Amino acid sequence: MFTIVEKQTLAPTVYRMVVRAPEIARKHRAGNFVILRIHEKGERIPLTVADKDPEAGTITLVFQAVGKTTSELSTLNAGDALLDLAGPLGKPTHIERFDGATVCVGGGIGVAPVHPIACALKEAGNRVIAIIGARTKELLIMEEEMRRASHELLVATDDGSYGHHGFVTDVLREVIEREGRENVALAVAIGPVPMMRACCKVTGPYGVHTVVSLNPIMVDATGMCGACRVTVGGETKFACVDGPEFDGHQVDFDELAKRLRAYVEDERRAMQIWSEQRAGHRCHG
Amino acid sequence: MAKTQRPPRTPMPEQDPKARARNFDEVPLGYTPEMAQREASRCLKCKKPACRKGCPVEVFIPDFIAEIEAGNFQRAVDILKRKNSLPAVCGRVCPQENQCEAYCIVGKKGEPVAIGRLERFAADWERAQGAVKIPEIPPKTGKRVAVVGSGPAGLTVAGDLVLKGHDVTVFEALHKPGGVLVYGIPEFRLPKAIVQAEVDYLTKLGVKVVTNFVVGKMRTVEELIQEDGFDAVFVGAGAGLPKFMGISGENLNGVYSANEYLTRSNLMKAYRFPEYDTPIVRAKRVAILGGGNVAMDAARTALRLGAERSIIVYRRGRDEMPARVEEIHHAEEEGVEFQLLTNPVRVIGDDNGWVRALECIRMELGEPDESGRRRPVPVEGSEFELDVDAVVVAIGNAPNPLIPSTTPAIQTSRWGTIQADETTGATTMPGVYAGGDVVTGAATVILAMGAGRKAADAIHDYLTKGG
Repeated sequence: MFTIVEKQTLAPTVYRMVVRAPEIARKHRAGNFVILRIHEKGERIPLTVADKDPEAGTITLVFQAVGKTTSELSTLNAGDALLDLAGPLGKPTHIERFDGATVCVGGGIGVAPVHPIACALKEAGNRVIAIIGARTKELLIMEEEMRRASHELLVATDDGSYGHHGFVTDVLREVIEREGRENVALAVAIGPVPMMRACCKVTGPYGVHTVVSLNPIMVDATGMCGACRVTVGGETKFACVDGPEFDGHQVDFDELAKRLRAYVEDERRAMQIWSEQRAGHRCHG
Repeated sequence: MAKTQRPPRTPMPEQDPKARARNFDEVPLGYTPEMAQREASRCLKCKKPACRKGCPVEVFIPDFIAEIEAGNFQRAVDILKRKNSLPAVCGRVCPQENQCEAYCIVGKKGEPVAIGRLERFAADWERAQGAVKIPEIPPKTGKRVAVVGSGPAGLTVAGDLVLKGHDVTVFEALHKPGGVLVYGIPEFRLPKAIVQAEVDYLTKLGVKVVTNFVVGKMRTVEELIQEDGFDAVFVGAGAGLPKFMGISGENLNGVYSANEYLTRSNLMKAYRFPEYDTPIVRAKRVAILGGGNVAMDAARTALRLGAERSIIVYRRGRDEMPARVEEIHHAEEEGVEFQLLTNPVRVIGDDNGWVRALECIRMELGEPDESGRRRPVPVEGSEFELDVDAVVVAIGNAPNPLIPSTTPAIQTSRWGTIQADETTGATTMPGVYAGGDVVTGAATVILAMGAGRKAADAIHDYLTKGG
């Protein structure tokens, strides 16, 4: 069992959980992810790790309650425990001292996995420009953490309630124009599929190498089942062992978006049954 | 005087095919004590038993059968367990017709003694008594062994070495121990409660089982030895990345690897969605690509998940199918269809990215290839479409990449399998042994157990005599 030591609501439906997992905290690197199961009948879901504290033996998970499992996870509190937690999985981010600025773009919940990458890039001596965005100000997460993890932080909200009025892609374009294409060594873009695809469309013409972190459906997440296959550069790759990070300019985002919707009806049904059961429990005190 | 006619092989009662094709309960129901004793009486108790030669773990076959015949069921189990720590599993999933039973002298003139069924009977009898006997464990040697993977190879190594006094810890990446026995082989062929009982038996012997522990990620093999103080390591990490056909449309929704399809159903209990949270596509018409045991498991699972048609698509003929005769027979009885001499060409999708059909081409058998089997060649212009809404690709796996990729001292073959000595399982890294699918590529439970047995002997020698 993996005890939750801290829980916090970051934004409506977005939660931060600090979980005791000393073995994972010790080995976790930027770019890795974990897989968890809440209870005996639960499914295995992959989550990105927003932070780690090897001394305290904890990792920090940030997630959005969208389906049944994440909603159920959001009802757990400090003192509760996760039944299963395994990691660190996937390949860590390639970190080096790059010849030029690095731009880290996080959209919505994607800010969480960008955070450890920005930290690692900064620690390796890179100049880190961070761009974070959300639909609206109250959904923006980890602003302070990202400010500390970067040399310059830029913010965008779709509705203009905070920072630039518009998408992170607008800001990304401005940054590349401002810095000059040859002075930008790397872009990292993590967030919803349309956001990652749009970021790659921006960086493509400039020829800026762009790393994305993919979040396909997974089951075992250790290189056995093949659920997480994605097409990269015309080849099938397994995100759990070959990724989750790939060259964004090579990724077939259309296929990924379709595959992510494979169980949308089942998910809706599970969510509905669970909500009804919860409502029933509440009525009976 | 005419020779005494041996009585025919005692049939095993089974669930009715129509009923069982819609439930996940076990298909063969097992012998009653009377049936077992009757079947045991068919054994000639050969002085030089040929059957033992066919057993990768060399069970004392005539001895345990003699005890069954005499009604000494506990003694039969004790004899079995001297050589086989997983008799309830092996009695169910071993391909006995190619192993022990293939060598049975009774089988020369008629049907061989049903050794597998008797093995299963004895193991089930003991479990039904409630109290599984724990053998005496020798004094502790103080040596510590790490076993990577809790499938048949790993469990065999763990069982053998704990009985020799070593301290054994099994590391399992998934949340449940058993490896392929829990994620791969369906409930109707191997009830998960039986696997759990076999694992519980090992923990009673003193084996420590750690789940959610991904060796290669959480710890490398080197760290297990240098930091955690293990004296030897056995790698039985099993099958890895599923193979696909390499045809277009394989990433459409509704296309599964057999590993994923079976893992969702078996390990995650998706057949009980939404009571369990993991979903699985409930297709009406399912094509299964491949002709092995895993393909049969997937085809039979598809029926149980509600498919109206479950169709095996295999490029060679029936005689070339690698699946066990019994599995093919069971599948056929339940209504699985066989499109033989048929090769998939591409998977056709609809606008939303879902499988709509499978385009196939007819094959005919040509000259024998290097495997001795006649090579199938496509019949030009014979393409046709099979209307399906799910496709399960069951054509095998590449070995698990996690250990080789994080353990440079272990040499691998060009197929990515770990190189291990055939008689000892020794790898190129001192103190590290390997066996099962991670060495051989996809094979059978009993071969993995046989490899585990050999490696356990070699590890014991290494720990006590220094290699």
